Amino acid sequence: MERTGIMAEAETPVAPPQPAPVRVYRHRLPARIWHWVNAVTLLILLMSGLMIFNAHPRLYWGEYGANFDRAWLVIGSTPDSGYLRVGDWRINTTGVLGRWTDAQGAEKTWAFPGWATIPTSYSLADGRRWHLLFAWLLSTGLTLYMLWTLIGGHLRKDLHIRRAEWSPRHIWHDVKAHARLRFPRGEAAARYGILQKLSYIGVIFVALPLMIATGLTMSPGMNAAWPWLLDVFGGRQSARSIHFITAWALVAFFLVHIAMVLLAGPINEVRSMVTGWFRLPPEREEGA
Amino acid sequence: MSEVMLPRRQLIARAGGLVAAAGALPLLAGCDAINDAPAVRKILSMGEEMNLASQRALIDRNALAREFSRADLSPYFRPNGTRLPAGAAYAAHAASGFADWRVKVTGLVARPLSLSLADIRAMPQRTQITRHDCVEGWSAIGQWTGPQLSDILAAAGVKDRARYIVFRCADRLGDALYYESCDMVDALHPQTIMAWALNDKILPIANGAPLRLRIERQLGYKHAKYVNAIEAVASLDQIGAGKGGYWEDRIDYEWYAGI
Repeated sequence: MERTGIMAEAETPVAPPQPAPVRVYRHRLPARIWHWVNAVTLLILLMSGLMIFNAHPRLYWGEYGANFDRAWLVIGSTPDSGYLRVGDWRINTTGVLGRWTDAQGAEKTWAFPGWATIPTSYSLADGRRWHLLFAWLLSTGLTLYMLWTLIGGHLRKDLHIRRAEWSPRHIWHDVKAHARLRFPRGEAAARYGILQKLSYIGVIFVALPLMIATGLTMSPGMNAAWPWLLDVFGGRQSARSIHFITAWALVAFFLVHIAMVLLAGPINEVRSMVTGWFRLPPEREEGA
Repeated sequence: MSEVMLPRRQLIARAGGLVAAAGALPLLAGCDAINDAPAVRKILSMGEEMNLASQRALIDRNALAREFSRADLSPYFRPNGTRLPAGAAYAAHAASGFADWRVKVTGLVARPLSLSLADIRAMPQRTQITRHDCVEGWSAIGQWTGPQLSDILAAAGVKDRARYIVFRCADRLGDALYYESCDMVDALHPQTIMAWALNDKILPIANGAPLRLRIERQLGYKHAKYVNAIEAVASLDQIGAGKGGYWEDRIDYEWYAGI
């Protein structure tokens, strides 16, 4: 019944025969491998990073910063509540940050709760072990992937932003399309839109390198080797703050990324990142 | 109605507890089981080996930690770990201004030494303003003065067989006196000093009086405080549980703390 309803609305009185879905090879093997290795790696780095943050849940700007110095961000606790303070702005976060109840029902005052950290109960040593091993995986994988995007043509063919795409009208058009959840169909779905390009370039060439560089800036050994890193980021505690902020920017990317996958057709999208083959959504019949 | 009267945070806490009970509990327990598995511990420790190997390859032996100016000093240098060693012996030393404190230099050395603070202060001194990075994440900048460890080791005539330097401390934490160790690269580094002064004043007890290690290219827990013995060894196997330091042996901190 529904079928006839659609047909009645169509402009052409005779419905064309349903074409077989057009499949395109959208993701090559290196991209797929890197995607999934990164998905696991970044999750482990985030959760072990939150454990490391729990050891000193205060952030500063500049070279130094400890308990007696002014922190710009604090996750703390009072005898009966937990709170997040950013600058002079303070919000009660009892139950989630600063004061929460663990799986055994015990009240804890670590900044991030056990379900968000690796391991679940406080261990700075173990959090560092996970973080510093998987940091190798992230940086090795990213380096290889960057080389592949350059040599394999991924950057030139898929991520390169053409002059016409930079026009404000084009960008605005893509923003509006996203806001209305109108995703490209047909041939256009095989290519990345301007917002996609910008966010993938932002993650691969800005956010992830920034995470690695600020991470290295926190290493006293690397400070001796490359003291200029301290100058680039304005000191070790600034690097630590930027590391934290960028981690949450990556979480924001992840949330939007997942939302877009869900809205654009999760089975087709996930399958294409597993097998490489993407089914082009058929063109809209109403031409909108 | 009583539900309505509950403060919001209590509700949130209850909701959180319910979520945990419903599904997260077995998952979290599973994650921790992975964390504790011996094979996983072994894989995790590869990170430390890679960090040590790559930093040793990348960093010049004598590359210096950044030195700052007096304008950069932290207003207050936060002490950490032991702030006052327990026991009558240390209290007596403190009461006498550490006049009878001795630092023994032993192990694989040609001439074992027993140095007083006067001996230490009579040696050539190095003063450096450096940033101290705690493994927890905070940093403090302070000015340290003391002789280079390399001079002390040279005076004792360290043998070629020595591969590590162990630092014995007077502060007892739980079941043992604190101890730490480093390899010869860091032991002989120009900024590795035995400091007796902080910010132009006699080293405060909270910061490790009368003598502490400064090992500027590694994290804070390596900077042994209250040092009363320096021992040259060929292996760390016989030191504590064999991992080379108090925290390394107890909670699996990395022995190499350059990152």
